[in-house]
Amino acid sequence: MSKVSSPQAASLDLSVPDKSKKSLLNKIGFGFLYLILGVFAIIQIYPLVWLVFFSLKTNQEVFGMSPFSLPQDPQWANYTKAWTSGNIGLYFFNSVWITILSVALTLILASFVTFAVTRMSWKFSGLVLGLFLVAYMIPLHSTLIPLFNMYNSMNLIDSPVSIVLSYTAFNLPLTIMILLGFYQAFPREIEEAAVMDGCSIHRIFFQITLPMTVPVLSTTGIINMIYNWNEFVFVNTFISSDKWKTLTVGINNFVGQYLTDWGAIGATLVISIVPILLAFLFLSDKIVEGMAAGSVKG
Amino acid sequence: MKKVMSNKFVIALYTLPALFLILALIYIPIVLSGYYGLMDWDGIGQMTFIGLDNYVTLIQDKVFWTSTWHSLLLAIFSTASLLLYLAISLVLASKIKGSDLLRKIYLIPMLLSSVAIAQLWMKIFDPTNGMANKLLEMFGVENTPVWLADPAIALFAIFIPVIWQYAGFYILIYYAALKNVPDEVIEAAKIDGASALQMAFKIKLPLISGIFKVTVMLAVVGSLKYFDLIYVMTGGGPNGASEVIASYMYKEAFKLNNFGYGSAIGFGLLVLCLVMTWLTSKLTKSKDDVQ
Repeated sequence: MSKVSSPQAASLDLSVPDKSKKSLLNKIGFGFLYLILGVFAIIQIYPLVWLVFFSLKTNQEVFGMSPFSLPQDPQWANYTKAWTSGNIGLYFFNSVWITILSVALTLILASFVTFAVTRMSWKFSGLVLGLFLVAYMIPLHSTLIPLFNMYNSMNLIDSPVSIVLSYTAFNLPLTIMILLGFYQAFPREIEEAAVMDGCSIHRIFFQITLPMTVPVLSTTGIINMIYNWNEFVFVNTFISSDKWKTLTVGINNFVGQYLTDWGAIGATLVISIVPILLAFLFLSDKIVEGMAAGSVKG
Repeated sequence: MKKVMSNKFVIALYTLPALFLILALIYIPIVLSGYYGLMDWDGIGQMTFIGLDNYVTLIQDKVFWTSTWHSLLLAIFSTASLLLYLAISLVLASKIKGSDLLRKIYLIPMLLSSVAIAQLWMKIFDPTNGMANKLLEMFGVENTPVWLADPAIALFAIFIPVIWQYAGFYILIYYAALKNVPDEVIEAAKIDGASALQMAFKIKLPLISGIFKVTVMLAVVGSLKYFDLIYVMTGGGPNGASEVIASYMYKEAFKLNNFGYGSAIGFGLLVLCLVMTWLTSKLTKSKDDVQ
């Protein structure tokens, strides 16, 4: 590159063939890189394609034919079987309301804390914030036995209350971390002006700050939603009756019982991941943003 | 103005509910975990104080150390794979077409539940009908492995879906960081005649070293806590070949009803996580000082 732009007259003649040779090499190089990226994309996506394929196949097709073959006669019956013979509908409903309730609780509580820490002045704000941030480092598995015992003594084992509370508590640290960056970057002038006008602090919070933070709330909301939807260990530990199981634990038990019916297993798994994939289809930018924000702060 | 914004009642009202939740459900259980570790307790009956017996047993427990080794192997493996993700991100971020779409495709597995991933990969690893062995057969491999049923390779077989799950997440982080490298710096380097490789190693990578440290930390601590996928796929088996700390704790407590000993393992996990966090930050820091 630097040779091409060197001022010597001799290099002028060379520069043309040199450049075309380089661009050919560049093209080959780029093609090679694209190939690697493409192969990687196939590795990431093909297991899911294969899953959808076998969810629509009969066992004979799965066992006898290539993993790349299309389902010959799509067995939609696998899906009706999965939906009706397990309690998939019930698990699905539990996942939906537990996820929504926990996300709503997490967002409002985290907003309260972030507002108090960034907008109000008090002695222990740093300490309180520190407590939330350090909690992010604590492995939840180390809390499982004491939590189980605690919920047990309060008769909250096998109750969705234990799940909602656990989801909320364990999602607060990350949510506050993400909100914090947004609050700190956001101008305080509007809120200060409202104080001057004699606005009460609750009105400032609910009518000014919360509406202003909707963009970051939707980002953290969707990240929380994905985490809660996919959560397994709390439900597996605290919930024993089918009535309150969520989709992750429900499908795990269901699939365990039907070891040999590949079609039904595939259909069950597809049903469990479709909501997340749909969310991703429509909200991918928000999800990407939230995942990046959460990790970088962590 | 000051007065309104330092109203103690409002501050308490806004912070106490959340504070109560993390104290009651995160901090107090952590302390209790260490305390229960001092007990002989089946989870239902009376606790009997037995001093440090559980912790002494833990230190001499071969299964615990094997599980710890497996967790550390996963941590080493995950950290090493970060280099692959970094390489992919460097290519993705070099203004190529379709990088946005590729990045999103890579991320898809990260959005799925560990249970769905585990169940899917159990099917992929199915010795007779799974995709893995059918592919191997297509390439003419005769003695196809039994994957999760083989103690020698079960743990490594599990590493594959772990990589599959997290690759897109780390690529996403690196990509975002690389996109944040100011254009002027890149332009200046180009004018100075830096090659693509020089640009990557001398400019881009040093500029995102902060993010890299964060991801090393995430990979190490995340690996130590790893549980769901292993619990579903092998339950730690066959014969303990894929047991990790969290799955061992879960088995002792919730399958064998050794709540006291399980708590000691859980406390060990916490200590290990804190030590590794400290160690990782120490190690990555000294690298920085050299620069």
